[in-house]
Amino acid sequence: MFLAFLRVGLLGYGGGPSSIPLVHKEVVAKYKWMNDDEFADVLALGNTLPGPIATKMAGYIGFRVAGVAGMINAVFASITPTILLMIVLLTSLSNFKNLDWVNGMTKAVVPVVAVMLGTLTWDFFKKSKDSLGLKAASLIIIASIVLLEFVHMHPAILIGSLLIVAVLRKDKKETVEKSTDRGVGM
Amino acid sequence: MIYWQIFLAFFIPGIIGYGGGPASIPLVENEVVDRYGWLTVSEFSEVLAMGNALPGPIATKMAGFIGFQQGGILGAVIGVFATVAPSLLLMVVLLGVLYRHKESPKVKRMTNYVRPTIAVLLGVMTLNFFITSYEGVGIGQTVLLVMGSYVLLEKLKVHPAFVIVGALGYGAVFLG
Repeated sequence: MFLAFLRVGLLGYGGGPSSIPLVHKEVVAKYKWMNDDEFADVLALGNTLPGPIATKMAGYIGFRVAGVAGMINAVFASITPTILLMIVLLTSLSNFKNLDWVNGMTKAVVPVVAVMLGTLTWDFFKKSKDSLGLKAASLIIIASIVLLEFVHMHPAILIGSLLIVAVLRKDKKETVEKSTDRGVGM
Repeated sequence: MIYWQIFLAFFIPGIIGYGGGPASIPLVENEVVDRYGWLTVSEFSEVLAMGNALPGPIATKMAGFIGFQQGGILGAVIGVFATVAPSLLLMVVLLGVLYRHKESPKVKRMTNYVRPTIAVLLGVMTLNFFITSYEGVGIGQTVLLVMGSYVLLEKLKVHPAFVIVGALGYGAVFLG
């Protein structure tokens, strides 16, 4: 199990959601810990909860297969190697910050990350429109801009309120809610 | 005190970030850059760039590194724990309840309602990155790097890791 999630962690580029097919390959195709339907259920359950999807899947599958130890093992395997790499690389980068060429490197990366974030933003806007319709999506977008940028409300309060509204509203307009696929890559 | 702050900084994005790890990026930025001031926008962009160049989930890499930077190894452990544990525990504990409601429109609505707000947070963050880049390297280099990386990433579908390595090389040679 350690190896299965180690491979997922090391081969999954583009953040958690893009590693879902890799988890599927290991868990269903290779080790046969669960079948396709069970896997789809775990994924659907993971999406009903907040937080990173990759660790939820790893943790839950580990738990199902081998209890609490399996859970810790799977999460550990999928995240630790890259966290260590990250710490080593970024710490050495900041140690040489007074060198001009290192400084140039960090400057050049800012606009590139901006482009990546820009496409991710676009993706979220597009999916908002697809799932809520233009009117409702625009309403939440404009309200968010006003509350976050001008009133300086903490995002947690805004998101918490939206979640409460989502839960309390009566289920009548089910046709409007087109099921949207998750899996936002960066 | 710092450990409690680290916990909170990653616990909040972990518990409200609907839509997987990437959705929590602007929420983490809001905590570590705007609220606690641990990193500047430019430092946060380095973290994101490295996070994107390396494999594995992005949220835990951010939590691990920023936690380490602020509170050493214990800080890293706390940051990662705060990111991963709450939703994972909920998943294990609430399994039966969730199972009955996974097709419920309420549950789908939760993600749908939160998404536009995440989009706004991401948009504001993107804007900040463009401004930081403009202040750091000027308009000419910014436009050049933005156009170049856009074409490579979106039109030619070059892998993000290569684009970031390319940008690092370009910066070392031309912006040093």
